[in-house]
Amino acid sequence: MHVPEPKTRPGDSPDFSEIELLKFAPVAKPEISEPSENLRQLPFHLVRTLTDDDVAEGDWIPGLSASVYRKALEYMTITRVFDEKLLRIQRQGKTSFFLTSRGEEALGVVPSLALRDGDMCFPTYRQVGWLIARDYPLLKLVNQIFNNREDPLAGKQLPVLYSAKEFGFYSLSGNVGTRFGHSVGWAMAKAYRGKPDIAIGFIGDGSTAEGAFHEALTFASVYNAPVILGVTNNQWAISTFSGIASSEHTTIAAKGIAYGIPGIRVDGNDVLAVFSVLDWAAERARAGFGATLIEFFTYRAGAHSSSDDPKRYRPAEEPTSWPLGDPIDRLKNYLIKAGEWSADQHEKMTKAIHSSVSESIKEAEAIGVLGKSKPPVASMFDGVFSEPDWRNVEQLKELGI
Amino acid sequence: MSLVHALNSALDVMMERDPDVLIFGEDVGFFGGVFRVTDGLQEKHGRHRCFDTPLSEGGIIATGIGMAAEGLRPVAEIQFADYILPAYDQLVSEAARLRYRSNNDFQAPITVRAPYGGGIFGGQTHSQSPEAIFAHVTGLKTVIPSNPYDAKGLLISAIECDDPVIFLEPKRLYNGPFDGHYDKPLEPWSEQYGSDVPAGYYSVPLGKAQIIRSGSEATVLAYGTMVHVAQAGIKESGVDAELIDLRSIVPLDISTVEESVKKTGRCLILHEASKFAGFGAELSALITERCFYHLLAPTQRVAGWDIPYPHAFEWDYFPSPARVVTALQSLAAH
Ligand SMILES: Cc1ncc(C[n+]2csc(CCOP(=O)(O)OP(=O)(O)O)c2C)c(N)n1
Ligand SMILES: [Mg+2]
Repeated sequence: MHVPEPKTRPGDSPDFSEIELLKFAPVAKPEISEPSENLRQLPFHLVRTLTDDDVAEGDWIPGLSASVYRKALEYMTITRVFDEKLLRIQRQGKTSFFLTSRGEEALGVVPSLALRDGDMCFPTYRQVGWLIARDYPLLKLVNQIFNNREDPLAGKQLPVLYSAKEFGFYSLSGNVGTRFGHSVGWAMAKAYRGKPDIAIGFIGDGSTAEGAFHEALTFASVYNAPVILGVTNNQWAISTFSGIASSEHTTIAAKGIAYGIPGIRVDGNDVLAVFSVLDWAAERARAGFGATLIEFFTYRAGAHSSSDDPKRYRPAEEPTSWPLGDPIDRLKNYLIKAGEWSADQHEKMTKAIHSSVSESIKEAEAIGVLGKSKPPVASMFDGVFSEPDWRNVEQLKELGI
Repeated sequence: MSLVHALNSALDVMMERDPDVLIFGEDVGFFGGVFRVTDGLQEKHGRHRCFDTPLSEGGIIATGIGMAAEGLRPVAEIQFADYILPAYDQLVSEAARLRYRSNNDFQAPITVRAPYGGGIFGGQTHSQSPEAIFAHVTGLKTVIPSNPYDAKGLLISAIECDDPVIFLEPKRLYNGPFDGHYDKPLEPWSEQYGSDVPAGYYSVPLGKAQIIRSGSEATVLAYGTMVHVAQAGIKESGVDAELIDLRSIVPLDISTVEESVKKTGRCLILHEASKFAGFGAELSALITERCFYHLLAPTQRVAGWDIPYPHAFEWDYFPSPARVVTALQSLAAH
């Protein structure tokens, strides 16, 4: 019996030699109308635009202005700073749990900027960047993380499992993968209504082994749903390397082939390529060509969550050795080289972000950290059903409130 | 009107009233469902509103929740309640929890119809009564009609309800009432209680039990097929029992139950599902908590045996009117 095992473990030096696609190689960009049977090689390539020399090359350069990239850079930086500071806050015991998107900031921020108002994102827990890129108030995020009296979810949900319909952000849950099919249903509803809106669903690499992943692809294919199905392949599912999620013998993007859904693998740390692939898939969906499966190839540079210590299962230097670099650094370097940004501007921006994030945290702390302030206890009985059930009415009384 | 026709009429009426109502499931489109509940709906309302799905219960419910969250009113059919388990995660972790965990930001007003129960020689996998595993889940409503009038009115309420509803259809009652006397020829629904079904729109509220027969010596609690078995058993027992058809187990009409048991002082609970940790256990506990000082006898349960549903022993398993008689007479003797 074969049990896949990563090439390296703690104590070894990182070895990414098996990932052969890391070299920049141009990938032709197909027309959105190209039938899926002509796209069966696509999922075995890696779409990149930013070369190792920080210039953009090839078919997939999006026709966007530098101001869009500067926005992306800013929002990714906010995301990173937010994550760093809140992780520290968790370490100080001010909340129970936290989880960062370190190294994957592009995958929350870029879809948020690439898609439109009216589209709905069905995120994973590692995509707070979607909300940040839509200027969702940081204070509200921290209030949720503290479950304090201003928590928009009224203390009902674990930190970081946000919900923000108005911002196109579907309710998160601790169960991985269970919302992937909801994105297909949502998209079908939009198609039924004849609206141009689309949905984008996300799932982690580890979670693609869940039935929910395959069910979603089946339904998306059968009903030609206007949906983008995204896989955030960050190489790890807690301590389990991506080989266990069956990608030792194929790519995750290639799983679209059997469903007749075009699969594309894109460098998830290359902001331009991510924009471009998303645009292509969104255009396909809006034009009635159906779903696209996108594998965002990236690396989980942080721990799985505040409850995890990756040094116990992977080389400590792995996060800094990822051959496709860091999404923020790469975009910054590209913009500087293109004369659209400077180290000085970057430093100023980062400094401003640090103080504004700190400001929001302070404001939330003033309201109260976890356990120091919470919504009225009665609110825990609210929202089980659309109208209160007698059981909850009686239990509220039993509690003496 | 038969129970099947009443359900069909409910779907038809709702599709006519509300373009957001979509119907889908395995074989429900062109064919009209293996029990014919969706017969003619595709032809009348079009392929976009009543359609076949892949054979994927998890996928059906996940897709339906996404539609419901968007604002549609999906009505999904699970071909047999026995096959709802692949969708259990979606029902428990998603449909039931979406409103609460998002603090009312999203809701999942999906109706999930599924034929349940035995009496049709369906063997283990076409006979089960899984209501208890849904009743235990906060956030789900579970509705079980016992006659055509209620079936239509309750299904309309379920579709209009902003919460996810599991709608269990007693398949043995689809084409005629059944009181457990399996050797009698099948009677049609016509002339029976509850078979007079208005053609148009009406609703029966969720969470309102119905007193089918009033009585003074004992209270019998039942739902679905067992309502009819209870009627036969009561008649044959000679005990003046009050029969309550719960109609929905969540929400549960606790005040009707409480009032009746306080009046009669005795209670018998019936269900087809296995006894241990069945919904009867909850009812019994509620009665003890609320009516203890009015009770003249220990509450009894007549239910399926604690075994899988055995094909050759259908009538040994199915709770018979004779068992109801025995239970009622022993209750009345206290
Ligand atoms: C259904 C389910 N099973 C197990 C878990 C526990 N768990 C939480 S995250 C995780 C790994 C997920 O990995 P992946 O899908 O790759 O997402 P990532 O965390 O890497 O973004 C596991 C096993 C869960 N939350 N839900
Ligand atoms: Mg992962």
